[in-house]
Amino acid sequence: MTLADMKPGQHGRITAIEINQTSIVRLMVLGLVEDVPVHIENIAIGGDPIELSVYGSSISIRKQDAGQFAVMLDPSHD
Amino acid sequence: MTEQKEFNVGLKNIGIRRKPKATVAVIGNPNSGKSTLFNRLTGLRQSTGNFPGVTVEKHTGVVQLASSALELVDLPGIYCLGGHSADERIAVDFLLGRVTGMPAPDCLLFVLDATHLYQGLFLLEQLRELAIPTIVALTMTDMAKLNGTAIDQDLLQKHLRQLSVCSVQPTSGSGIQDLKLLLDGIGDLPAPEPTESWPQLTKVTRELSERSGGVLNRIQVVQGLLHPTSEFADQLRATLGTGKFDACSQDLFGDQPPQAVEARIRYRWIQKVLQQVISPAPTVSQLGARLRRWANRPWPATIAFFALMLLVFQAVFTWATPLMDAIDGMASALGVAVVGLLGEGMLSSFLADGVIAGVGSVIIFLPQILILFLFIIVLEDTGYLARAAFLMDRVMRSVGLSGQSVIPMLSSFACAVPAIMATRVIPNRRDRIATILAAPFMTCSARLPIYALLIAAFVPASNIGWFNLQGLVLFGLYLLGIAGGLATAWLLKSTALRGPKPSFVLALPEFRKPNLQTVAIKLMGRASVFLKRAGTVIFSVAVIVWVLAYFPRADFSADIQSTLSNQLNVEEVSSRENALAAQQLSQSWLGRMGRWIEPAFKPLGWDWRVSSAVIAGFPAREVVVAVMGTLYSVGSDADEASLSEKLRSASWPDGRLIFTLPMVLGLLVFYAWCLQCAATVATIRRETNSWRWPIFAWCYMTVLGYTAALLIFQIGSRL
Repeated sequence: MTLADMKPGQHGRITAIEINQTSIVRLMVLGLVEDVPVHIENIAIGGDPIELSVYGSSISIRKQDAGQFAVMLDPSHD
Repeated sequence: MTEQKEFNVGLKNIGIRRKPKATVAVIGNPNSGKSTLFNRLTGLRQSTGNFPGVTVEKHTGVVQLASSALELVDLPGIYCLGGHSADERIAVDFLLGRVTGMPAPDCLLFVLDATHLYQGLFLLEQLRELAIPTIVALTMTDMAKLNGTAIDQDLLQKHLRQLSVCSVQPTSGSGIQDLKLLLDGIGDLPAPEPTESWPQLTKVTRELSERSGGVLNRIQVVQGLLHPTSEFADQLRATLGTGKFDACSQDLFGDQPPQAVEARIRYRWIQKVLQQVISPAPTVSQLGARLRRWANRPWPATIAFFALMLLVFQAVFTWATPLMDAIDGMASALGVAVVGLLGEGMLSSFLADGVIAGVGSVIIFLPQILILFLFIIVLEDTGYLARAAFLMDRVMRSVGLSGQSVIPMLSSFACAVPAIMATRVIPNRRDRIATILAAPFMTCSARLPIYALLIAAFVPASNIGWFNLQGLVLFGLYLLGIAGGLATAWLLKSTALRGPKPSFVLALPEFRKPNLQTVAIKLMGRASVFLKRAGTVIFSVAVIVWVLAYFPRADFSADIQSTLSNQLNVEEVSSRENALAAQQLSQSWLGRMGRWIEPAFKPLGWDWRVSSAVIAGFPAREVVVAVMGTLYSVGSDADEASLSEKLRSASWPDGRLIFTLPMVLGLLVFYAWCLQCAATVATIRRETNSWRWPIFAWCYMTVLGYTAALLIFQIGSRL
């Protein structure tokens, strides 16, 4: 499962990252790295882009990039 | 000694100004409250300029402290020292002392946003390598508490070691005194030790720095290792040999991109720190937070976005009217007073028709422009522009761009020049150029005067439902600009600038209450820019146009004699005078030039006066109104009549009205699409680093505007 498959309101944790583009490195510099808890805030009309939050900071990310981040859902938050 | 001390205290009380003894860079993440703190510390003792060689705005100011003074430099907000955009580069270059004519800062004031500790600490850890005294201003702690996080400041201080942490609320000013006390002794603070988060990097850096014989300091080695294509990396390779450099790189990063490795290692440390420092506070169930979350949902947010835009255009028209009427009244009264005082003659005509009518007709739009800027500045300050980028990404993608282009395009509603500079956040060059060429289509504040003038003159002020018809027409013109810009971007992206789909990575700041002081300072800056232009460029053009329209003088003495001897009634005298004035104008230099170019614009329904005004407006489009103001005053003696009344009655020699509906619509569309702004052309040249794009943009937009106006007039007149 990747970030792209998560639904608004769901919590998860990044488990692995596929660095296939420079935009992925830019996302990592903003704090999207392994073992970090993430939360999907909103998905724009049309399903893309996705607004997610890490430690209270919101980041907008395209679905295509979100697909490079493997996640594990964290059901304890739901 | 004691006496001297008392003397010093006395001086301090009367507010002595000391010369700054050191330069402090104010740095932090975007939207961390950095500028608010900067404004709070420096007050109005600040100046805005550009960094040498580039067009990134540089804000400097002096803060007076108990026993010293410091020069503060407000840098653009950044997330890391490895950025690609121009804003990020200038901040890094300044910090590293690479900006010519500007020495590296002596100390740092780091603004750490308590609600975004995670990303703030990342940048702070990178800056620690600079090894200069650093004070950390912890802002937004009240906001963090509301969000349900309590911060153990003592523990944070322990982890940050030599960096002194001070809690400050820039908006309310609490904690400012403590911060000033700390700043007073900033020069005596110890330089921070290397980071704890990455021991291996610290070890390698120390070794390499020693090996280079102290030629490269800590930050230079770190930057060289993290950015293998930078000049520091070249210097490292030159001093150590390529083999050693590659071995170190391999050791530190393996086959991974260095910045990805850096992010993993530093954020792991930050996570550990946060787990200790942050504890969940009792969540305050607040309506505001829930409302905000709801408002960020896709549908409400998108609808709110369009509603907000509509409100802006309504406000620009309805709120400004009383103020504009007042300025108009004053300008007319001044003109009449001048004529009354000096009598008819060259000097009074120069003052009344040239200066007052010309400059006055532009100044009158100051209220509208300020209202527009007020909205844009507030949207910027609340962080809403980034939200708009998120919402509009999908739309922008359909023309081959990303949400990142939305921010420049929205600020283009105020002025295309800063908007074109704002495209520097767009990493891809093709996307950036497409955005640069789309931005001048957006209706900038300089277009407002002519829109406002023509709409007020030719669109009835009736209401349609809740909306004012004039406001709706204005909204339509804005849509026209947006359509032109998007179509252009799409055309370019599917032909000359075809490329891969751009990515879209953007940090979304939380919605914040705008800070009154920040908004006021920015608004005053805008007002002064506008008034300066009115006082210089527009004043000069108005004077030149007046000279061209006033000379050479025709000899009307015979006519006047006959007028006087024929004992005509008042009405006849007035109409006779008008005819004489029109005759004078049409045989003046301007009239001759105007008639020479009239054939080119006649198919658009423009008489020579409109044509000359439009030509005069190519360097700066707001001049058009000034020129019309002068032309139509010289051509009539009715100084009391407003410009829009004069336009309504303007006619061809055969008596047909010049300003018919098709002609006005065509003129509006021409104005919406034409690139009449030398500053924009120059900015495109500077930002694209070639003449190709500005020349293309100018020709393309002029042809487009002319053709559209031609079609509208020709088709419209036949309907």
